Amino acid sequence: MAVTIAKERWTNNVAEVVLGTEPNIVKIGGESTLPFLHFEGEMPNRPAVALEVWDMEPTGWPDILTSAYAGVLNDPVAWAKKCVEYGADLVCLTLVSAHPDNKNTSPEECAQVAKAVADAVNVPLIILGCGVEEKDAQVLEKVAEALSGRNYLLGCATQENYKTITAACMVHGHNIIASSPLDINLEKQLNILITEMNLTANRIVIDPSVGALGYGIEYAYSIMERTRIGALTGDKMMAMPVICLLGQEVWKTKEAKSTTEEAPEWGNQERRAILWEVITAVAFAQAGGSLFVMRHPEALKQFRAHIDKMMQSNAY
Amino acid sequence: MGLTGLEIFKQLPKTNCKDCGHPTCLAFAMAMAAGKAGLDQCPHVSEAAKEALGAASAPPVALVKIGTGEKELTLGNETVLFRHDKRFEHPAGIAVTVSDTAGEEEIAARVDQINKLVFDRVGQLHSVNLVAVRNDSGDAEKFAAAAKAASANTAYPLVLITEDTAAMEKALELVGSKKPLLCGATSANYEGMTALAKKYEAPMVVKGANLNELAELVEKVVALGHKQLILDSGAREVHKVLADQTQIRRQALKRFRPFGYPTITFVTNEDPFQAVADAAVYICKYAGIVVLQTADPADILPLITLRLNIYTDPQKPIAVESKIYEIGNPGPDSPVYITTNFSLTYFCVAGDVEASRVPGYILPVDTDGISVLTGWAAGKFTPEKIAEMLKNSGIAEKVSHRKVIIPGGVAVLSGKLQELSGWEVLVGPRESSGIPSFLKQRWNV
Ligand code: SF4
Repeated sequence: MAVTIAKERWTNNVAEVVLGTEPNIVKIGGESTLPFLHFEGEMPNRPAVALEVWDMEPTGWPDILTSAYAGVLNDPVAWAKKCVEYGADLVCLTLVSAHPDNKNTSPEECAQVAKAVADAVNVPLIILGCGVEEKDAQVLEKVAEALSGRNYLLGCATQENYKTITAACMVHGHNIIASSPLDINLEKQLNILITEMNLTANRIVIDPSVGALGYGIEYAYSIMERTRIGALTGDKMMAMPVICLLGQEVWKTKEAKSTTEEAPEWGNQERRAILWEVITAVAFAQAGGSLFVMRHPEALKQFRAHIDKMMQSNAY
Repeated sequence: MGLTGLEIFKQLPKTNCKDCGHPTCLAFAMAMAAGKAGLDQCPHVSEAAKEALGAASAPPVALVKIGTGEKELTLGNETVLFRHDKRFEHPAGIAVTVSDTAGEEEIAARVDQINKLVFDRVGQLHSVNLVAVRNDSGDAEKFAAAAKAASANTAYPLVLITEDTAAMEKALELVGSKKPLLCGATSANYEGMTALAKKYEAPMVVKGANLNELAELVEKVVALGHKQLILDSGAREVHKVLADQTQIRRQALKRFRPFGYPTITFVTNEDPFQAVADAAVYICKYAGIVVLQTADPADILPLITLRLNIYTDPQKPIAVESKIYEIGNPGPDSPVYITTNFSLTYFCVAGDVEASRVPGYILPVDTDGISVLTGWAAGKFTPEKIAEMLKNSGIAEKVSHRKVIIPGGVAVLSGKLQELSGWEVLVGPRESSGIPSFLKQRWNV
C-alpha cells in the first residue's frame, strides 16, 4: 500500500530576524514548518548558537566550565575572542556586574565594556542586563546608544521595562528580546505592546524563560511548540523566533555541578554536564528554538554538529 | 481512512441516554471521530455496529506489551502529536544492547551494568526498560546462549535482534515464555518470523526499507493473524528518523491502519555524544522504543530525565504537599521562606536554600500547584492564604523571631501580609538563585 505523505498546509511563517551588519550578519527564524520537517516546508536559517561572556569573573561555576576559559574570565574582551575561536555564531555579553548585589556598575561603564567587546569581535552581539528590571532599562539605554547602528540584540525586556528598551532599540537600530515568565498569553501581550510602540515584528525575539533539563524543561517546550503552531497558523504576534537562554539554567543544576566523586552513580561529571547542556538544547531545537545561548565550548561544538545533521533534507 | 462522525452516528442506538458521558449520541460520535472517545464507552452499542466500527473504535496507536511480570513494558494508545494537546501516554522504552559475541561472564557484567541504570528523581525511581540482545555473531547457538544469559541476569524484558529465523527460534526455545520482543520481521523472513511470534504470543518488530514497504509488510503480517507489532521504518540517520516518526504518528492519528502501532528507533551514530543527541530527538518525537548502545550513566541520566519531562501530563501540575519543610537542621533563629506548592518552584527554592548553607524552613502555600507569578495573577497566592499558613502550620512554635521572606516577584503583597499576620515581611529575590546572596546581606535575627 503506497503511503501518502501527510503534509500540513501552514499559512504563515516565523519572521526572519537579521542580527549584526554586513558582512557579519546572522539570520534567524523564517521557518514555514515545524522544526526540521524539511519535507513539508522551509527552514531557511539554521539555529544559531551564542556563547556567554560575563563582564565580571563568575563565582560558583564548576571547574569543568571555567577551565575552558582559563585566563580570560576577568577580561570580557579576551573572553569574547575566545568564544569566537570556539566557533560561536554570536557572543552573548551578560552585564552581571550592574546588579546592585554585585558591583552596581553604572550604565556608562557597562556601555564602555559593551563597546570594547563589540569592537574586538566580528560576530553580532546579544547583550543582556543583570536581571534587575529597572537597572536593565538604564543600562541597555546606554548600551544601545554606544553601539548605535550595529543592529544587535538587547534584552531582556519585560512588562516592567519594555518601554525604555524598545525606544532605545528603535532610535539606535537594535533588536529586542521580549521576555515573559513561562506564560504564552503574557508572551503574546508583550509582543503586542512592543509592536504598538512601532518596533516592527521582525526585530523582536521571544524569550519564554526556559528551564534546564530536569527542571521544568517541559513548560517552555510546550510553550515553544504552541508558539510555533500559532505562528504557522497565522498569529503574527507569536511569529517571532525564540531565544533559549539555557546555559545559565543548565550550569546551576546539580547534574552539571556535582563532581564525579560526589555523584559516582551519575557517571563522569564532564561528560554528564556537557550532555546536560547539549540535550537541553536538542530538546528546545525540537520545540522550535532559533537562537541558543550556551556556556561550554564542547557543548556548543556538539550541538552545532547535531544541527548540521538535522539541517539535511528529509524530503520524500 | 477514519470514519466521519456521521458514519459512526448511523451505527449508534440514537437514544441519547447519556450513559457514555456525552449529551447525545451525535456528540459521542463526533468525539469518537476526533479520536477523543472509544466505542467501549457506549454500553448499548450492538454487535453488528461494533463490527462495522471496529477500525474506527480501536485506539489510533495499538496497545502493545513486551515481557511479563513487574517489568512488563506497555506502549501505544497515543492520541496526539503534541503533548500540550492532551498528553503522551506511555513513556518511550529505553533498551540497551548486549552483543552475543561476548562470553557468558561478559554478558552478565554488561547486563549488571544495565540493571544499575536506575535514578531517583523527585522521590521516584526511573530506569531503562529493556535489554536488547544482538546476533552480531551470526551464529544461532551463540545467540540463544546470549539471550539465556541476559535473561538469567535481569528482570527487564528482552529484545531479540536477529533477522535469522533459525537463530530466533533457538533463542525463543530458551526465553520465549518471557514474551520478548522479536526484532524482527523483514520482507525476506516475515512468514517464518510471524509464525514464531504467534507461537510464543510475543510482540514483533516489522521492518520496512522505507515507509511504503513498511505499510505493505504490516498488512501482510496482519493478514497472517499477528497484531502485536512495533514499527521500524528502516531509517537510521536522525533527520530521516524524525521525518518517518512524524509521518507514522500523523498517519496513525488519521487512522491509516498499517501505521497504528508503536515504533522502534535505533541509535547507530558512531560518535558517542551525537548518539545521545539522536536519542533525545527520538524521545521528543514519538519513538515507542529507543535502542542505545551505551550503558554509561552519564549518557542515560539525561535521556531518562528528558523522557520524564516530555511525558509529564501537562494537565496535571505537579504539586508538593503544603506543610513545613525543614532544610538542613533549622532552629528557632532560622529563616522562614514562603513559596508556592508547584513542585518545580518548591524544588528550586529548596535547592537554593540548600546552596546558601543556612538551614531554613520552607512553607509552600497551596496554589493548586501553580507558580508564584501565575498563582498571584490567578488570585491563588494571596496575603490571606500566606497569613493563614503562617498561623496554622505551626511555624510560630518553631521559630522565636517573626520574620518571613516572600518571593521578590510578589513584593506587592508585603503590606497586606504584614497587616494580616503581624509578621515582619522581607522581600526576597525574584529568582530563588538569589537566596544565598540575599541571606548574606539581609538576614539577621
Ligand atoms: S451511551 Fe450510547 S446510546 Fe447512550 S447517548 Fe451515548 S452513544 Fe447514545
